[in-house]
Formats: sequence, structure tokens, C-alpha cells
Amino acid sequence: MERLSPFILTLVTFIPAAGGLLILFIPRRDRDIKLWALVISTFAFVASLHLPVHLHRETGAFKFEIDKIWITSPNIHYHMGIDGISVWLVVLTTFLTPLCVLISWTSIHERVKEFFILLLILESALIGVFTSLDLFLFYFFWEATLIPMALLIGMYGHGRKVYAAVKYFLFTMIGSMFMLASIIWLYSKTGSFDFVVIQNAIRRGSVPGFEAASLWLFLGFFIAFAVKVPLFPLHTWLPDAHVEAPTAGSVLLAGVLLKMGTYGLLRFDVGLFPEQAHRNAPWIMVLAIIGIIYGALVALVQPNMKKVIAYSSVSHLGFVVLGIFSFTAAGLSGAVFVMLAHGVATGGLFMLTGIIYERRHTYEITEFGGLATPMPKYATFFLVVVLASVGLPLMNGFIGEFLVLSGAFQARPIYGILGATGVIWSAGYLLWMYQRVFYGKVTHEVNNTLPDLNLREKAALWPIAVAALVMGVAPLVWLNAIDPAVQFAVIPSITQLVSKVVSQ
Amino acid sequence: MTSLAHSLPAMLAQTQAALPQAADYMRVLPELVLSIFGMLIMVVDPLLDPESSHQSLGTIALLGAFAALASTFWMAQYPGTAFWNMVRVEGFSVFFHVLVIAIAAVAVLSSFEYLKVQRIRAGEYYALILFGTVGMCLMSSAIELVLIFIALEISSISTYVLAGFRRRDAASSESSLKYFLLGSFATAFFLYGVALMFGATGSTNIDTISRALNSGGAPMPLLAYVATALMFVGLGFKVASFPFHVWTPDVYEGAPAPVVGLMSTGPKAAAFAVLLRVMFEANAPGRFWVIWVSAVLTMTLGNLGALVQNNVKRLLAYSSIAHAGYILVAFAALPDLGTSAVMFYTAAYAAMNVGAFAVVSHFANAGEKYLTLEDYAGLGRKSPVLAATFTFFLMSLIGIPITGGFFAKFYVLSAALKSDLNILAIILVLNSGVGAYYYLRIIVMMYMREPRAEVPVTPMPAATTIAITVCVLLTLYLGVLPGPVLDYATNSARALVGDASASITAAQSGATQP
Repeated sequence: MERLSPFILTLVTFIPAAGGLLILFIPRRDRDIKLWALVISTFAFVASLHLPVHLHRETGAFKFEIDKIWITSPNIHYHMGIDGISVWLVVLTTFLTPLCVLISWTSIHERVKEFFILLLILESALIGVFTSLDLFLFYFFWEATLIPMALLIGMYGHGRKVYAAVKYFLFTMIGSMFMLASIIWLYSKTGSFDFVVIQNAIRRGSVPGFEAASLWLFLGFFIAFAVKVPLFPLHTWLPDAHVEAPTAGSVLLAGVLLKMGTYGLLRFDVGLFPEQAHRNAPWIMVLAIIGIIYGALVALVQPNMKKVIAYSSVSHLGFVVLGIFSFTAAGLSGAVFVMLAHGVATGGLFMLTGIIYERRHTYEITEFGGLATPMPKYATFFLVVVLASVGLPLMNGFIGEFLVLSGAFQARPIYGILGATGVIWSAGYLLWMYQRVFYGKVTHEVNNTLPDLNLREKAALWPIAVAALVMGVAPLVWLNAIDPAVQFAVIPSITQLVSKVVSQ
Repeated sequence: MTSLAHSLPAMLAQTQAALPQAADYMRVLPELVLSIFGMLIMVVDPLLDPESSHQSLGTIALLGAFAALASTFWMAQYPGTAFWNMVRVEGFSVFFHVLVIAIAAVAVLSSFEYLKVQRIRAGEYYALILFGTVGMCLMSSAIELVLIFIALEISSISTYVLAGFRRRDAASSESSLKYFLLGSFATAFFLYGVALMFGATGSTNIDTISRALNSGGAPMPLLAYVATALMFVGLGFKVASFPFHVWTPDVYEGAPAPVVGLMSTGPKAAAFAVLLRVMFEANAPGRFWVIWVSAVLTMTLGNLGALVQNNVKRLLAYSSIAHAGYILVAFAALPDLGTSAVMFYTAAYAAMNVGAFAVVSHFANAGEKYLTLEDYAGLGRKSPVLAATFTFFLMSLIGIPITGGFFAKFYVLSAALKSDLNILAIILVLNSGVGAYYYLRIIVMMYMREPRAEVPVTPMPAATTIAITVCVLLTLYLGVLPGPVLDYATNSARALVGDASASITAAQSGATQP
């Protein structure tokens, strides 16, 4: 297995895209295409399991590194590597994609081939975002996620899909242009796109003009990531995109795409500009808390199930940002854990709403009621995932939020207290939604005859439910990879920062 | 008598020196080849049946372009000046020769189908393309302002006529006339600028002007400033920069689509080459703020204008204004960085824009009927390949990675940032965000709207397929492996304007090494 190590990242990253290319050439028989997509994405998942298994957890340094020259002028390298933070995000992506294939089995009727090709290309791009250590390569994958996702929304969504797709595209595109400007500035001063090289140059203080520019560089990266997270005033694209997207699109959007933003904040914004991150932490944390509370309040009053979940993402991702900018070990590890837990739970919620949409073609809460009677198995899965999402102890949502809040509390008690209200709110809107949809008498006649989950749907939901539970019961499996990585990646910059402040 | 006897050998020697050497002809070989082929087309045209002459005349034009391309590489073996310092062969001019001739070749290829469908007589058309290319080639290699002016006129007059080639269409005639009137006006400004520059420095030779301006020896500095401004007016018109961009949408809308593909890239690249010589090589005084302001307004107005267009040709016209603005940003940067960024940008822009117009001209069909955004609805379903290639060109125009358009913007941005033009860089970034929107509108139309039954998609003939494939491959090549082209551009830029940023780079590499 050791011989595989230098190539495993390349393999995992490009298996889905290569599979997409393969599908391009097989005839348009929908069943074959779906099967191929399932096989390819499952294979990618299995291959990606190599990564956490062989990750040495003692140190947090990058593993499975590969560094080849791609373009000599400018000096762009094909540099990939992962640590305990990104490894789980890669696995999350490969874990969710086969489930997306399963959940789209019958809901996609036309242009099936294009759908699965786009889905697989999207998967590759997402994995690439988490594995690249060259800023240029990172930017390339970052932009590469944009087009398949926008097409998925625009071609297969419903309602105002075009509006949603264009809004999504423009928000992200404009945000990332600022990041590009920052990246090019860094390149023009250091002559390298390599994350590690740039980070070392900044730590040594050998980048000319860095002091004056660092705030703008920080903000350039920050805007791109904040749009993606999405952080409070920049979140407006998210509800539109989520509501109009097809189920698989929503699952990947909430499950993985939003994590690109928080991952970017953690790896690049905090990793490269710890001083600026520290200096700007107060207002960012305030925005995060506004996001937590505002997202929750708006979710509370939504009449549409998908919108409830979309706004719950705004709220949950607020926790991640809060954790990152608390600059405590607990907060940072918790933030990473919330990313994973949210990916699993919210991915599950979107799959569940997708299942009911296939049967009734509506997301309106008032259209349902008493669903537990005709669909008991569906109701059970829904309850498990809702409980995971609200952060019931022993479920995965709890661990991360607990760590984040304890970190926020260390940073400043008021942040912890305000953030904690978010947990209460989330219990409120999700359980209230659950009550209105599943309990009581069946209010609409049509709902009486709805079929319960079939085998395929159960196959898609079981992994989610199991993952939610296992992550809640044995979080250490995840945390003992995350902790050293956080220690290694972020804490040195902070301690350096503190010593700098002290020495002054 | 004795004086005559004495001066006779001297006169003979003078005559000898006054005769061009063989190498001189080598240094204008592509121009000669193109002219010969152009004349050949004119001669052969009357002998052929006008109904079926498209194919054969087009093939001659294509052969001419290939021969010119080959002779360019031959010409590159003879670097140096020719015809008494009128023309200089160097990396810079070879680059633009290749670029302009390649553009002409692709334009010829995409005209095969167009002329047939639109029932346009081919003879003059192809000849004019070749003659226009002669002008553009000369513009890039001329180092004598008067010759530059003549070359500019050669290329302009050909394009004036080409713009009006759809004679039965009023829009085309309007386009031609507008272009002609405004264009003549602009070239007059350029000529006035040349005259004033002569007054300021005593020469019309770029090298001499450069020496005079660099040594601070210009006897009348004010005159030099005015001359720079006037020359910028003339060239700014050709590249469609603010405030001389107003003609662009109308002219592009009326002119035949393959011609628009040609004239939005070829003469523009040549005009940028001249602008590079005037601004950087001659080190024109007072250029910075003129260009700064013009760049900002050009890209902003171009993008804002494009937002509300409903006709694809007009949309691409405004987009070409915006791209001219992006290129102008590089003119505000340090000379060598700016020059290489401009060179790369013109090449990448040519690949993607000629390709985009090839798609448009194929899709527009007889009489250029289908040009509105609505006509493109559902193209992704009706003709996946055509839609995918168009999307690829639009992606490149937006500046998405792995396309040439991305690296083009990238190098301009990095030239600007290396020259500490942070505000200009931010304005560029914001503008490309706005720009993404209108290109996206076309993509949305093609993929996310239902097709309209009455818009037919005709099968693509071989010539058009080749033209589009070449453009796709070049755009992709510049997007995946930009290194060779950029290295060439950088080297020739350094040879042209000196290594202004060398000291900075050296300081930086010193800083990054531990």
C-alpha cells in the first residue's frame, strides 16, 4: 500500500472526473448510466478510505504529498497533500456522492447522462479543492466547482432555477475574483503559488510590502470564503440555490460546497494571515453570531421545508466560523467537526425532503401533516437525522457544537452565551417542523396513500443514519486526526502571534 | 567639372546605399507573399464562375495565409532593420505577424460557409482580407511613424470595405460608412500626432524619438505631451477604448460576422502593437494618467453596455470594448511586464473571440437572421457540440481557469499588481465580475431554456469545423500550457523595452531566498 501513497490523492481526485468522461462515451441508456455513476462514485469512496486509514496521526503535517511542476511561467506546481482537516472533508465528499446518485435514481428523467457527468465532475472538483496545496491549483478547482453546480441548479432544478443558478454563479464568481487578486499579489511578491512556501515566507517576514497589504489580502480571501460559507450579509444566494436545486445538488451544496468556504477560512485565511485574522476576529465573530441567530429565526418562520433546512445551514455554518475565529484548540477542532456533522446531517435532511418531493411535488409544510401514519420508516429516518442536526447528545451534531461553544466561551463569554442560544433555536425550528409534518392526523387525503421508503431509498439513508450515530458515539476517531492537524496548521501561527505581542 | 568627377563615386556609392539589399526584402517577406496572393485572387476571380468561385478563391486565400505564415518563420531568421530603418524584424514583430496571419487564416476558413450562405461574391472579399493583413503585419514591424500611418491606412481601408460587404443589408452599409467616416477622422488625429511628435523631437523614427525623449532632450516637452495624446486618440479609436469606442456596437452589428471576428482581433492586435511601440518603446511622456483613466472607463462602460444587449453581435462588441479596457490596464504597468501581458492577451483574445464569432456566423444562417439571445434558447439540446464550444469560448471570455482568457487576465493582473497599481487591479477584478453576468446570460439561454422550433441548426461544413476546432485547441493550449507563449512574449518584450522590472525581480528573489 505504501507504493500507492504518492499517487493516491491524484487517484481519488480524478477517479470521478475520469468516470464522467467514461460515461460520456457510453450509449444513452439511462439505467446503464446510473449504474456506472454508482459504481464509479462508490469506487472513489472506497479509494478515499485509504487516506484516513494510512494517515499518520502523531503529527499534523501534510501527508500523501505530491509536488510536480505544472507550468514553469508562472511558477505553478501540481502540489497536493492532505492533513487531518482536509482528509475528512475528502471522505465526506466521496461518502455523499454515491448517496446522491442513489437519491437521483428516479427523480432525474431527462438529460440523465449530462446530469451524472456533471455530478461526477463536481465531485472531482470538490475533492481537488480540499487536496490542493498550490494556491493556483486551489483556485482552479474552486472555480471548477462553480460551473457544474450552476448547471445542475439551472438545468435540473425547479421553479426559479435560472435565477437561482445565475445568482449563485455571480455571487461566488465575484467573491472569488478578490481572492484571485490576493493570490496574484502574493505570487508577485514571493514568486510562488505554493501554500507552504508562501506561509513560511510570511512567517519569516520576508515578503516585501506585506505589512501594508496584509489587511487587504486577508479581506480578499475572506470575501471569497464568506460568500461561500455563507456568512451573514452575503448569504442571500443560499436559500434560492437550495430551494431550486435538484436534491443531489442540494445535498452536495449543503454537505460539501459550503465547507469549501469554512475550510478556506481555516486553511488559507487563518493559515496565511494569522495576525489579521486575530485582529479582525471580533467583528467576524459578531457576524457569525448574527448568522446563527438570524438564520435560526428566519428558519423558524419558513413555510417551505427546504427553506427551513437552507436557513438552518446559515445558522450551523455560523457555528463553524465562530469556532474558527475563537482561536482556541477546542473551537478550531469543534469547527472542523461541525463541518463534518453538518455535512452528514443536512445532506440527510435534503435527501429526505427530496424523497417526499418526488412523491408529492411540493415542499410546503402545510401540505403535509400526520405523515408518520402512512410512512413510518420515513418518519423514523427523518427523526434520527433531525435529532442529529439539532445536536442531541450521542449524535454527531452535539460534539461539534459543544466544542465550538466551549471555545467561544474561552474567547469571550458573551460569544459563548449568544452562540448557545442557536442550539435552542435549532431545536425549535427543526422539531416544530417535524411535528407539523409528521404528527397528528393526516390532513390531506392524498398523503394517506403515499408509499413508504423503498429499498433504494433505504440504502441511501442507512449510511447517513449510521454515520450520524457513530460520529456522535465515537467522535475520537475523527478528533484524533483533527486535533494534531489543527495544532500543527493553525496553533503555531497563533503562538507566534502571541509571543510577538508579548515581546512588544 | 572637377567637383562632378569628385562627387560621382560618392553619388554612386549613395545610389548603391539607396538600393534596398536582398535581406531587406526578406524582412518584409510575409507582406510580399500576402500581396502576391491577394493580387492573384483579383486576377483569377474574373476567370471563374461567380456562383462557384467561393471554394477555389477561398483555398487560394488560405494557401496565401499559410505561405505567409511559413515565410514569417523564414523572416524571423533575419532580425534587424530594413529599408533605411523603416521596418525592424525582432521577436516582437514576429509575434504579431504570426498572430495576425493566423487570425486571417481562421477568418478565411470561417468565411467559406458564410459567403456561400449569404451569397456574397468572394473575389474582392478574400483579396481584401489578405491586403488588410498586409497592413496589420506592417503595423507591427514598422518603426517609422509615417510607415505606421500608411500601414494603418492599408489595414483600415480594407476593413472599411469588408464591413460593408453585405450590400443588400442597410445595416451593413451603415456599418461601413460609420466605420469609414469615424475611422478617417481618427487616423487624421494620429497623423496630427505624428506631425507634432516630429516637431517635438525632430524625427519620426521610433528609436530616435525614444532617444530624444529618454535623454530629456525634447526641445518642446509640451508638444510631446500633445503628440502622445493625439496619437492615443487615433490608436484608441482602432482598439475601441473610451471615449472613442462609440462606433463599435453599430459597426459590429452590421458587418458580416466572420469579418467582425477578424476586425475585433486582427487590426486591434496590430493597433495594440503600435500602441506598445508608441507608449513603451518610444517612452511617450504623460501617458500614465491618460491610460489609467481610459482603461477604467473603457472596461466599465464596455461591461455596463453589454449588460443590456439582446443581440449577440452587439453583446460581443461591448465585450470587446471591455477587453480592450483590460488590455489597457497593462499599458499602465511597467514597460516589460505590460508589453508581455498585452502580447499574451491579444493572442488569447484572438483565439477565443474569432472562435466565438465563427460560432455566431455559423448559427446566424442566411441573411444573418438568428442573432438575438432568444434564438440561442435550447441550443444545448438541439446541438450539444455547438453549444459546448460556444460555452467554452464564453468561459474563456469570462476568464475561467484552463482557458486562455484566464491566463490573459491573470498576466494583466499580475503586471498591474507588480507595478503597484492596486486600485486599477481591483477595478479590473470588479469588472470581470460584472462581465461574467452577460456571458452567462448566453450560457443560460443555451442550456436552461426550452428550444425554439423555428430556429434551425444547420450541419457544420468542414471548413467551419476546422476553424472552430483550431480556436478551441489554441484557447485550451494557452489555458493549460501558457508557458512557451508567455516566455516568448517576455523575451521579446525585454528586447524591446529593456528589463525595467529586473531590479525588482532580483530584489524579490533575494527576499524569498532564506
